[in-house]
Amino acid sequence: MEILNEFLKTKGLYILVMILFFLGVYGMVLSKNYMKKLMAMNVMQVAVIFFYLCFAQKDGAMIPIQNGLTTNPDAYINPLPHGLMLTAIVVSLGTTGVAIALLMRIKEIYGTVEETEVLRRASK
Amino acid sequence: MTQHAPVFIVLLPLTAALLCMLFSRIHRHLGGWIVLASIAASFASACTVLQQVVASGGKAIHYWMGGWAPPIGIEFVLDPLNSILAVVISFIALVSCLFSRPFLKDEDWIHIGGFYTLFGLLEVGLTGMIITGDMFNLYVYLEIMSLSGYGLIAIGGRKSTLAAFRYLLIGTIGASFYLLGVGYLYSITGTLNMADMAQRIAPLITSPLVAMAVGCFIIGFGIKMALFPLHGWQPDAYTFSHPGAAAFIAGCMSKAPAYALIRFLYFIFRVDNPVVSHALDFIGIMGIAGMLIGSVMALAQYDFRRMLAYSSVAQIGYIAIGVAMGNMYGYIGAVLHIINHAFMKSALFLVIGGIVYRFGEVNLYRLGGLNKKMAISTMTVTFAALSMIGLPPMCGFFSKWYLLLGAYSGKQYFYIVILVISSLLNAIYFFRIIEQMFVEREASLTEIRRPETKLGLPIEMCIPLFVMGIGILALGFMSSSIVTEVIKLGLPEVFLK
Amino acid sequence: MTIVDIRPFLAVGVSLLAAFLIAFSRKWPNLRETWSAIASVIKFGLILSMLPAVLQGNYYTYTLCQITDTIGLTLKTDPAGMIFATLASMLWVPMNFYSIGYMRCNREGEQTGYFAAFAVCMSAVMGIAMAENLLTFFIFYELLTLASYPLVLHKRNDEALLASRKYLIYTLVSGQLFLAGIVAVYCITGTVSFKAGGIITADMAPTWVLQGIFLLMIIAGSVKAAVMPLHGWLPAAMVAPTPVSALLHAVAVVKTGVFSVLRIICFVFGPKLLSQINVIDFVAWAAAGTILVSSMMALRQDHLKRRLAFSTIGQLSYIVLGAALLSPLSIKGAYLHLVAHAVMKITLFMCAGLIIARTHRNNISELYGIGKKLPITMTCFTIASLGIAGVPFLVGFVSKWNLALGAVQANKPLYVLVWVASALLAAGYLLPVCQMAFFRQNPDKKFAYYGDHIIVMVVPICITTLMAVILGVVPNFYPHFYELADMASQAICAGWNGGWM
Repeated sequence: MEILNEFLKTKGLYILVMILFFLGVYGMVLSKNYMKKLMAMNVMQVAVIFFYLCFAQKDGAMIPIQNGLTTNPDAYINPLPHGLMLTAIVVSLGTTGVAIALLMRIKEIYGTVEETEVLRRASK
Repeated sequence: MTQHAPVFIVLLPLTAALLCMLFSRIHRHLGGWIVLASIAASFASACTVLQQVVASGGKAIHYWMGGWAPPIGIEFVLDPLNSILAVVISFIALVSCLFSRPFLKDEDWIHIGGFYTLFGLLEVGLTGMIITGDMFNLYVYLEIMSLSGYGLIAIGGRKSTLAAFRYLLIGTIGASFYLLGVGYLYSITGTLNMADMAQRIAPLITSPLVAMAVGCFIIGFGIKMALFPLHGWQPDAYTFSHPGAAAFIAGCMSKAPAYALIRFLYFIFRVDNPVVSHALDFIGIMGIAGMLIGSVMALAQYDFRRMLAYSSVAQIGYIAIGVAMGNMYGYIGAVLHIINHAFMKSALFLVIGGIVYRFGEVNLYRLGGLNKKMAISTMTVTFAALSMIGLPPMCGFFSKWYLLLGAYSGKQYFYIVILVISSLLNAIYFFRIIEQMFVEREASLTEIRRPETKLGLPIEMCIPLFVMGIGILALGFMSSSIVTEVIKLGLPEVFLK
Repeated sequence: MTIVDIRPFLAVGVSLLAAFLIAFSRKWPNLRETWSAIASVIKFGLILSMLPAVLQGNYYTYTLCQITDTIGLTLKTDPAGMIFATLASMLWVPMNFYSIGYMRCNREGEQTGYFAAFAVCMSAVMGIAMAENLLTFFIFYELLTLASYPLVLHKRNDEALLASRKYLIYTLVSGQLFLAGIVAVYCITGTVSFKAGGIITADMAPTWVLQGIFLLMIIAGSVKAAVMPLHGWLPAAMVAPTPVSALLHAVAVVKTGVFSVLRIICFVFGPKLLSQINVIDFVAWAAAGTILVSSMMALRQDHLKRRLAFSTIGQLSYIVLGAALLSPLSIKGAYLHLVAHAVMKITLFMCAGLIIARTHRNNISELYGIGKKLPITMTCFTIASLGIAGVPFLVGFVSKWNLALGAVQANKPLYVLVWVASALLAAGYLLPVCQMAFFRQNPDKKFAYYGDHIIVMVVPICITTLMAVILGVVPNFYPHFYELADMASQAICAGWNGGWM
């Protein structure tokens, strides 16, 4: 357990994040259903967000809200990556929104969201 | 006023785009006019900024958002490199915005308003990407650009929805890779400001994280600029996008990421270290493959738009090999080709827009007799085609000249061979079109709309066509002044030693 | 002395302007052709006005704008360029009137495009003649390719399409090779300006690099000069209307090719360097082979224009061979033959065009007895044929004499035999046409309806024939081609005697 904790603390966390990221990419590339592709895309975006949050965390530091106990900046974690990721979440929300809208149109036009079927109907 | 010009480049189209729907509700054409006016103002601001930068001898203008100083605040930095690109992009936005109006004249308010909202946002995204001095801000503009681009592609018709969706998936992968790269850099330097980053990264350049970041950027921007073999989304997207917006999409959407790649490799990482030189080798190989395969694929197409899309893959290859040369002439060639190709490709897509508008035809074997029916389009397409091949005095020749110089002075002779072969392949497929236009065959064009003016197209379409056609020629004559008075003022520090 | 003067650009610009005016006066044929005529006269006048100063050893030069960061779009009138500029603008004047007659007589379509493209071609030729540096040269060189393409395509039928594609492939490939060569020259020397005697010296780069660049550029030039085996486009391009064949394929395009060969040999590499790097012999052999082979191929052509085309190929290689011999006299002979061949071949082509216009027959075997019906035309044809064969007191003789002397001067007397053989062959393929025309009976009487009344076509033919005779008797007659050629060769070979003991 100790070893696992140690591993996760140093490299393991990033490896997990990378696995998550590439799972997302894998799903987007190989999945045959557009809805699943979209979900895989979200997984990938979440992995990037995790990545930022992982390198922003710091042992023994607290959330960056000044509580009157200390003014030493080392006692707080870096707020910037969190701020950035709020933006990234908004962006990913926007992307997902556009994607779902497009997917609804595709469903309307082709009657399905299965890739092979859509491509077959599109080429007609 | 003029000290706020940098922010107006982005701010005015942004405001106009967001208010566009409202104004369109009041009168269905009002929103479109507002956006057009705002893009014109954005173009004027960009010109002002360029003029200021050139007048000050190439000193960059820093605009601090809300007065916050750079490492903390977000800044716009306008040096000669990006101010000229801002001028080019806002100019092309202006002409293609004007051009798109006749396509929408019969639509209702929500379609017109929606179209111009997206158009304005695309302009915001592109110019924002170009002028920002902050890496995360660049990501935001990249996404604004992409999302509005997906929208403009999606409203092109039945088939375009699929193209837009597939582009969205691939484009998101690209943006995520970029974001990952930014994360790596931020985690080792603790800054997001580009100028600051350039300072702090220098001692850390051998770190494997930097190599990871460079790799992420190449994949991310490579997808966005359709660098071979990451170009898969592009042919469908260009082919099926809305004909009124296709010129802007095809001309500029791949240019802003190309600029960003140059900005990162030449200004932030510098090219004089082993990490970046290895990366440049990869880019060069991708560029060469793109030039050859793109050209060959273009030869196989009969849809004019799809042919141009593959030709874009080849032309992006030109930019890529210019970047990959890693010397001054290669850099100049790449930047000049960004400008020139934006002009040429927009001009060609404007012509296609005109043909689609009047004849509804995109098969390039059915363009016989175009020279009689649409004289201005014929002139523009001829100029653009000659420019694509790289024949003087059109602008395409000059970027090719600098690329050749770069290849020779960098002792990378194979690039010369590739450039020559690619020009000849270009010649085959562009002269095919010229021949088609001037030699009338049995299968000729049938009109779906009566010509409204003597020139064959509405005046709003003729002016952009004419301006772009002459622009290609004028850009050729101006290229030496662009190089000496603008690009050379803003050379990366690596070349100044 | 160098005089800064915009006149060289005016000479280029006047026909460009004419091309615009022609394009906009589509609906008024008379006005359209007036523009063309006026432009030709003004252009010739401008060139002649610069002649006296050039003869005194001065240069007119002007830089219009910068092409790249270091290279300007510059024109300069050196003697060598002046020869070509004077020649081309001089021959454009009669040619203009001839083509008005020809086009109207044959009721050709697309005449507006034809005259406009023709005018652009003449601009390009002026630019090529007076270009001060390689890049300016290249710009006009490509402009000529582009402007002559629609002329080859003029008839818009399948044959013209094939010919124009062939033409484009040859010329564009050569253009790209030429560009690669220019880049290499620029990177080696840091300049692309022409200088009599060459801008490259042997210590600038390894010999193999210089050899490679030379071959690259000379191959590019040889395509337009139709040196075998790169000649394929020229006979094919004969589908164009005859005035196009006459001016472009006897004066402008092919002469541009040989002129570029001369520029490369004499003004970029220089005779002295080339005699050291052992590569010029390939050019000389190719040229000598071309002279003999093309003359023999001309013998078996029945199509009149194709026979003339092969004759052109052979005659052009005279000039290339003259340059490749690298001796002062042979270079002088090369410049003189540039003039001589242009005057003779334009006459021959104009005669051929008139025959086609009046009889609608292209083949020599159908022309029995035509001399009786078209006496003036066929007389001119005979005189020009004799000139091609190298008869004294006609224009071709002086140049060939100088070329032969040059071969001796370069210690390569064997090449004299090539010229003698080719003169005999030329007599063999052209004089039978004359004999057939004058002394053989027409088997059927179909020529009865034709006569050479088209005055705008006959007069230009007479004028060029007259030129051929005058320049043959008095080589240095105004506009002093002989003196210009002499000046050019002396400047090129200053301090170099061609290897003569």
